[in-house]
Amino acid sequence: MTDPVWINAALTAARPRALAALLRYFRDLDTAEEAFQEACLRALQTWPRNGPPRDPRAWLIMVGRNAALDGVRRRNRNDPLPPEETLSDTEDAETALADQLDDSHYRDDILRLLFLCCHPDLPATQQIALALRIVSGLPVAQIARAFLVTDAAMEQRITRAKARIGRNAAAFETPGAVERAERLAAVATMLYLLFNAGYSAADNAARSELGGEAIRLARLLLRLFPAEPELMGLTALMLLQHARTPARFDSAGEIVLLEDQDRRLWDGKQIAEGLALIDKAMRHRQPGPYQVQAAIAALHARAARPADTDWAQIDLLYATLERLQPSPVVTLNRAVAVAKLRGAQAALDMIEPLAPHLSGYFYFFGLRGALLVQLGRTHAARTAFDQAIALAGTPAEALHIRRQLDRLMQQDAATAP
Amino acid sequence: MQYAILCYNDEDVVWSMSPAEDQAMMARLAVVQDRFIKAGNLGPHLRLLPTTAATTLRKTSGEPLVIDGPFAETKEQLLGVFIVDVETLDEALDIARDLAAAKTGSSYEIRPIALYFPDQRSKAG
Repeated sequence: MTDPVWINAALTAARPRALAALLRYFRDLDTAEEAFQEACLRALQTWPRNGPPRDPRAWLIMVGRNAALDGVRRRNRNDPLPPEETLSDTEDAETALADQLDDSHYRDDILRLLFLCCHPDLPATQQIALALRIVSGLPVAQIARAFLVTDAAMEQRITRAKARIGRNAAAFETPGAVERAERLAAVATMLYLLFNAGYSAADNAARSELGGEAIRLARLLLRLFPAEPELMGLTALMLLQHARTPARFDSAGEIVLLEDQDRRLWDGKQIAEGLALIDKAMRHRQPGPYQVQAAIAALHARAARPADTDWAQIDLLYATLERLQPSPVVTLNRAVAVAKLRGAQAALDMIEPLAPHLSGYFYFFGLRGALLVQLGRTHAARTAFDQAIALAGTPAEALHIRRQLDRLMQQDAATAP
Repeated sequence: MQYAILCYNDEDVVWSMSPAEDQAMMARLAVVQDRFIKAGNLGPHLRLLPTTAATTLRKTSGEPLVIDGPFAETKEQLLGVFIVDVETLDEALDIARDLAAAKTGSSYEIRPIALYFPDQRSKAG
């Protein structure tokens, strides 16, 4: 007897690598997905009775491959042409399975599968939706819920995106070292987009699911590329941010700012894993944007109370990030540390020149308003908060700003003659 | 007699459970652990984070080498350790059986302890 929870988790865990291996055999995403689906159905029938196989992943690949080959043979019975077109790599399919299951194969397979989803022609939201459907195997309805669209709309989006990546034959060539590094960077970006889609989601379940899934896929990549400091940095960054999820919103669903969060609610397991990973990454002395951002998140995680936060170090790290990856958003984040170190006016001076670049950015006006409040410039603060509300991405963001405006009104009423 | 019960499983599978499934498993485990703590059999016990967060120090002829990841690539990884104090192997096996029933699919190595040093930091200060 095998526990259904374990079987489900085993199928989920096996999916990326098993599907990636099947994709190498068949070079066709639909065939590979059908093959994996069939293997899962057979697993659900036989594993509870016979117990799980010694190597569930290898079992799924073998059963999936055979099932798909049967399907191809059946379809081709009346077909005068041999199935070489479908099975472009027959030699591969004949080679002893054991040979193919070492990590060096998995490494390029899984990278290919993830890289296919990062097609540059696809907008970020489609890349993420595709990865969730294909690599993670989430049901369309669940993805649709996370992105606040109807099932039909999401189905259509995924079908279109699939048709687009299906033509990317170049992805099937074995990558050279430079190309492998490029693929890894593209995949890391996509995983962080996936994480951020969860981080900024309005819905509680979506926050936890998407964030958790991005971390799971990052761990999987890290297993295959164990000595990549930026991959460690990315995984650490996601873990340290995700650890704060239980404290980011109060029971009424309202935003709780970092310095007001109940730090006892932070997930200690995820913080420990994130801190270990960023320490590992730093040993390589190859700084990169993910490592720097993770190091900043680590300083917040290490502060038992907000007052213990090492703002000077955070300021320095943001300065490094500005050099590595210059962007107005990075400078905006740095201004928060500057406000703590050198006061609101210094921070305001820092962000004023960003206005032309960030005129459509919620956080710019939110921070601007907060700094103006600190400086006692309530009229200007009110204008900034009004602009922030107009740009809010979620009802919680809008409500958070509304609270600040309410507070300003109360102050005005209290000081009125 | 003291044994270490070493719990092994495929960590990819364990860390693919949903947070709710994981919490349910830990709650079942806590019931079993409490019972053996009250009976005086279960000592310190711990759960490990994934091997992707691990670092390995390997001695060489020169400076020891620091390697990212676990000491060996294995299909199943060490996930947790339970120190038990029992009279016989059968008793240790009974504990392992109950732990296995509460947890989701694992192997348990029951390994006798040669030397045991409890936490002595409070005395050292």
